[in-house]
Amino acid sequence: MLQFLFKRLLQAAIVMLIISLLSFSIKDKLGDPLREMTGMSVSTAEREMLRKKMGLNDPFLVQYGRFVKKALHGDLGTSYFHKLPTMTVILKKLPATLELTFAATLIIIFTSIPLGVMAAIKPNHWFSKLIMAFSIIGISIPVFVTALALIYVFSVKLGWMPSFGRGETVHLFGYWDTNFLSKDGIMHIIMPAIALSSIMVPLFIRLVRAEMLEELSSEYVKFARAKGLSRTKVYFKHALKNTMLPVITVGGVQIGIMVAYTILTESVFQWPGMGFMFLEAVNRSDIPLIVAYIMFVGFLFVLVNTLVDLLYGIINPTVNLLGKGQ
Amino acid sequence: MSLLRIDHLNIEFPNRYGTKLAVNDVSLSIEPGEILGLVGESGAGKSTIGNGIVQLLSQPGRVSGGDVYLNGELISDFDDEAIRKVRGSRIGFIFQDPMTSLNPLFTVEDQLIETIQNCLGLSAEKAKQRAIELLEKVGIADPEIRIKQYPHQFSGGMRQRVVIAIALAGEPELIIADEPTTALDVSVQDQILQLIKDLCINMNVGCMLVTHDMGVIANVTDRVAVLYRGRLVEIGSTKQVLTAPKHEYTKSLISAVPIVSKRLDRFPLVEYIEAEEKGLKHIDVSTHWIGQIKKHNTTGDLLTIKYLNLSFITRDAFFKKNRRSIQATKNVTFTIKEGESFGLVGESGSGKSTIARMVAGLQQPDSGSIIFDGTELINNPDRDAVAEAHLQIQMIFQNPYSSLNSRMKINDIIAEPILFHGLAKKSDVSGIVGDLLDHVGLGRKTGLKYPHEFSGGQRQRISIARALACRPRLLICDEPTSALDVSVQAQILNLLKDLQDELGLTMLFISHDLPVIRQMCDRIAIMKKGEVLELAENKEFFEHPQNPYTRELLELMPRFEQYGQ
Repeated sequence: MLQFLFKRLLQAAIVMLIISLLSFSIKDKLGDPLREMTGMSVSTAEREMLRKKMGLNDPFLVQYGRFVKKALHGDLGTSYFHKLPTMTVILKKLPATLELTFAATLIIIFTSIPLGVMAAIKPNHWFSKLIMAFSIIGISIPVFVTALALIYVFSVKLGWMPSFGRGETVHLFGYWDTNFLSKDGIMHIIMPAIALSSIMVPLFIRLVRAEMLEELSSEYVKFARAKGLSRTKVYFKHALKNTMLPVITVGGVQIGIMVAYTILTESVFQWPGMGFMFLEAVNRSDIPLIVAYIMFVGFLFVLVNTLVDLLYGIINPTVNLLGKGQ
Repeated sequence: MSLLRIDHLNIEFPNRYGTKLAVNDVSLSIEPGEILGLVGESGAGKSTIGNGIVQLLSQPGRVSGGDVYLNGELISDFDDEAIRKVRGSRIGFIFQDPMTSLNPLFTVEDQLIETIQNCLGLSAEKAKQRAIELLEKVGIADPEIRIKQYPHQFSGGMRQRVVIAIALAGEPELIIADEPTTALDVSVQDQILQLIKDLCINMNVGCMLVTHDMGVIANVTDRVAVLYRGRLVEIGSTKQVLTAPKHEYTKSLISAVPIVSKRLDRFPLVEYIEAEEKGLKHIDVSTHWIGQIKKHNTTGDLLTIKYLNLSFITRDAFFKKNRRSIQATKNVTFTIKEGESFGLVGESGSGKSTIARMVAGLQQPDSGSIIFDGTELINNPDRDAVAEAHLQIQMIFQNPYSSLNSRMKINDIIAEPILFHGLAKKSDVSGIVGDLLDHVGLGRKTGLKYPHEFSGGQRQRISIARALACRPRLLICDEPTSALDVSVQAQILNLLKDLQDELGLTMLFISHDLPVIRQMCDRIAIMKKGEVLELAENKEFFEHPQNPYTRELLELMPRFEQYGQ
């Protein structure tokens, strides 16, 4: 276990180093920070002085070293627009995005697994064929189209759902704002979550179906049936658990990607999360915030994947993550 | 009243070309405490009968006619729910591969108890008690501890014992064992067969033993049913069928079984089963391209292996003291003479395939030396010489289904090594490939097909042709027939013998099958846990084995000729 975590930490450090190099290159090549910070009245000589004082004339690697050193202390620079440390800005927006991703993940789990299993165990049923047809359509419709269609139907035409924002949130632990504890909050999160999950659900249905079909043709499923177990038990105990192994691995990557997809969903629904913030930062050329966002999302990716691998190790006894003796 | 009676059973598999009758009008019966062997080659429908009895046929197969009675009760008419109650509780199943018939994600306890509770409806407490008793009964030591473990923590033989325990969990009247020992080593096979036999007698349970192995049939069954292409061609007491077969097919099947008691020059022809392609061009090897191998320094010893060591790390760790490794080969030393067949036998994990891989250059040893025709192959700075030597060492792999690229035509598969090494002029290659295909008995027309269009035996012929395309002097055959039916095995082994005679090939023949080794090899080395225990001439090895392990293996091997042919 410790060895696994140590290896993972090492990998994570390398990944983060690469991400930081990329994001610092962006920072270095995009625009002139002095222009953003100083007014028109500052003379060229003074600018040059300031430039020297801030170390902007130093070689790339020296500046990068300084950037990494600061980043290690949690300092990813100060946002030009918000005039606050970028990490503070991001952490303020984090709960909204995480809750949206979480809600979308719930939708994915509770729709794709039952539907995928259904499509696998009754492949010739009309409903299974319908599921598969819809999954093809679902994969090919972009998230923002789904989002706009949802708003048009349920907010504009029917007026059932709020079309933007987080609505009423409940303040928790002095830091976290949650949507899940008020009716208004839940109403606000439903449509963005559906939109965000809309591209993942069909993908997972197809994945679950394919893996389940594979497991159903395996020898141990046949043996389980030969033991006289009921179909329900064979499908949902024996086959499903094995089906989940590859689904979990893919899921880990997809959840990371979903955090990135929030940019689209959040801007359509004006959801005050990290994605929306990132879009604003791009519009305002708020380079430190852009860099911090990239770094932070990269970190989330690594974190989620590590957790998923741990989960995989717990479910699959043949993977000896925990270093138990044979 | 018979325990199981099958009357005029028909099982069919509809496909897009029509309907294939997999089981055609089969009638047989099993008495309590009796073991009935069901023998036949792949595709004969023997497993299909077993599955058809409990309605576990894979889609779209269906029972299209006939009746199945269990203790006088007509079970072939049962609906889904009723037949489910028969499975496990009245008919227990043992499948071929213990590695795949247990669910890897659940403990043995979980899988045993769910069966016991399902079939007998006991409380969790009592079911566990019974599970432990069952494990004890099938010969698993420390059942209280082992029951908590996962299948991957058991060895193959132990897993098959767990499978048998599960099959017995519902106290069935009949056990259907579908190739229960095919995936196991000889010594383990003997224990498992003995276990099944004892259980049948002690518990008065009937058993249908499906197998393709005549040795197993001879050793454990009371009666035998012989199947050929879905038809029951012969049924009778084991002794009668094996010693005085009535049907032509049974006769040719029995003649194709390799025997241990004496060494034959060729396997008898098995005309009934598969006639060889006729009208193939015969090539004169002495003048043909294939026969023109560059020969140098022929000293008598073609291959010399000295102190070959290799270990695999089984558990990696940061600190060296925590690492666990397994010694795959330990100071292995032997010499193969030019033109001889050298046999390497041993059970799985004994390191015989590892040696083949090292000789072929697919794996580097930790230490030791391999000298081929005067050229050192290990850590030799002269890479050209090593490559030249490796070209003359070719390999035929065990599984003909996975050793051919399914996206390439046969012609291209065989031509590839010739073109890659520039062994012949481009314009000659297609002629050579055709000749090779003729020579291995396939015919040049087959070169335009893809591997999936061939049967296992034909594919192995393609593998042989591909190996010959390099004009090898040493041919490594790694279990070349273990995936094949016995009649096809006889043909392939005959082909190998012919080729060896014509081309003067030297062979390193690896097998776990002692009768095959007996028929094929001049000298034999037996391996256990990476060490060569005994090395002797064929006759010496089989008739006066020196090492206790050799004696043990020879004794445990299911002997087909115990009935005296």
